[in-house]
Amino acid sequence: MPTTETFYEVMRRQGITRRSFLKFCSLTTAALGLSPAAAAQVVEAMQTKPRIPVLWLHGLECTCCSESFIRSAHPLVKDVVLSMISLDYDDTIMAASGHQAEAIIHEIREKYRGNYILAVEGNPPLNQDGMSCIIGGRPFLEQLKEAAADCKAVIAWGSCASWGCVQAAHPNPTHAVPIHQVIHDKPIIKVPGCPPIAEVMTAVITYLLTFERIPELDRQGRPKMFYGQRIHDKCYRRPHFDAGQFVERWDDEGARRGYCLYKMGCKGPTTYNACSTVRWNNGVSFPIQSGHGCIGCSEDGFWDKGSFYDHVTDTRVFGIEANADRVGLVAAGTVGAAVAAHATVSAYKRISKPATFGDSEPGESKQQTGDRS
Amino acid sequence: MNTALPTVKRTAVYVYEAPLRAWHWTNALSLTVLAVTGYLIGSPLPTLSGEASDHYLMGYIRFAHFAAAYIFAVGFLFRLYWAMVGNRWSRQLFALPFWRRRFWSELWHEVRWYAFLEQEPRKYIGHNPLAHLFMVVIITVGGIVMMFTGFALYSEQSGLGSWQDRWFGWVIPFVGQSQDVRMWHHWGMWIITIFVMLHVYTAIREDILSRQSLISTMISGWRMFKDDRP
Repeated sequence: MPTTETFYEVMRRQGITRRSFLKFCSLTTAALGLSPAAAAQVVEAMQTKPRIPVLWLHGLECTCCSESFIRSAHPLVKDVVLSMISLDYDDTIMAASGHQAEAIIHEIREKYRGNYILAVEGNPPLNQDGMSCIIGGRPFLEQLKEAAADCKAVIAWGSCASWGCVQAAHPNPTHAVPIHQVIHDKPIIKVPGCPPIAEVMTAVITYLLTFERIPELDRQGRPKMFYGQRIHDKCYRRPHFDAGQFVERWDDEGARRGYCLYKMGCKGPTTYNACSTVRWNNGVSFPIQSGHGCIGCSEDGFWDKGSFYDHVTDTRVFGIEANADRVGLVAAGTVGAAVAAHATVSAYKRISKPATFGDSEPGESKQQTGDRS
Repeated sequence: MNTALPTVKRTAVYVYEAPLRAWHWTNALSLTVLAVTGYLIGSPLPTLSGEASDHYLMGYIRFAHFAAAYIFAVGFLFRLYWAMVGNRWSRQLFALPFWRRRFWSELWHEVRWYAFLEQEPRKYIGHNPLAHLFMVVIITVGGIVMMFTGFALYSEQSGLGSWQDRWFGWVIPFVGQSQDVRMWHHWGMWIITIFVMLHVYTAIREDILSRQSLISTMISGWRMFKDDRP
């Protein structure tokens, strides 16, 4: 196992030309939102720093994160980053298997104690002693905790590792939990999305490997450079939202004209991700551009937040699902009717029994006691 | 003078000082604007035809919402200040004497009055206990919840690092996620709307049936009592 090779050396060994290497560096710099001058820093770091090993673990997941990752827009990105990672451990794509594969984790832990990156795709189930996800004959939770014990930092790939995603959706029979609930002593970088955007994934990992520090994170541990704004903030259909032009029904005139999908339940206004800027599949498109609203896949618990096609979603309280507008209108109507009934009874009572206000003293005296005590 | 007509003795207390009355009516206006525009943000008006650049309807609706929200928030801060410098009744909005047995017995009496089980209501210079409870829960607690969730949602557009984000951004992960904050903010609108319906009805009803003035008090500041009995 190479220990002192630099990234550049690894890339050259993989048959990547220097020209392509420089392209990769400048592309990554741009994706990270750094200044053009920083490209030289990336090149310098890649050429001089020893490669940091990455362990890529898979828990309960659908592997959509890996599928997304290997489809990075720039063909080089996946070649470069993937070749750097697959050298270590990624049970989906590595050549080794069985005891040989598991031995790699052990070896990395010994050799690079406190100096390797742990990337986690998926999450651990806690119920039934973790038996719902067995890796190498043991519950995934054990492998995860062992690998995390000696790592430098953890990357939580996708919504599974970051929030829980579909396996943690109600009623969550396996009690799947996001990894920050089982790893408490390491910095965790959340890269949510189902899956996350390929360029976001490669950029985050390149940032970590190149600068050997964690990118700036928001309150919930997501890199600010990609999760600092909502889909809505950078959506190309935003002018139609501001103008008040919406798709009212699927395939109506508004849909053909590309109006805002807000009324169709688009979650762009509540979803933090880079889809509307980076887009998908080599920057070809993203859901809203294809005429369907955002489903908010990078948000916490998006499976349990009601319909993908409602803007005012259902509220799950005490097991009862209700929509604020429906309940609100019914409640307002009921209260209105009750008020009318109450007023009628009040009026009837007053008419039937004349009020006996006043204590029969003539005249009107005004007692002014505007005290400010 | 026609002595055959029944005469009514009235006493009066200056309860609501001018700044407090101004706050009340400003609040009434801003809450109305907030509820209407808030509903329209959740369920926008039918689509407008023509170029997007011809219209700015959602923009104007949202502007009205945010402007009214700032007026409500500044008004709330002012009201807090006035509770400190104003008269004793100005403090009722922020202090509920729930530890007093008498408060609950009077509240129960008021409930019975509304249920037509009492022949006569009691007299109060400030709020009656039932009204007092509703004011504190809906306007103070409810108002604070709406301001916190509202500014948290506002911080989503003002961006990371803005003062709204630094002060209120934590509300979003605290509640869950952005969609949850929207949902609870929306529920708050309905709760306040229903409160306003009840408030207006009871104010009119009590103005007629109770032994003290209600509506004119919030205009002139004077609480007029219709009799001298305790």
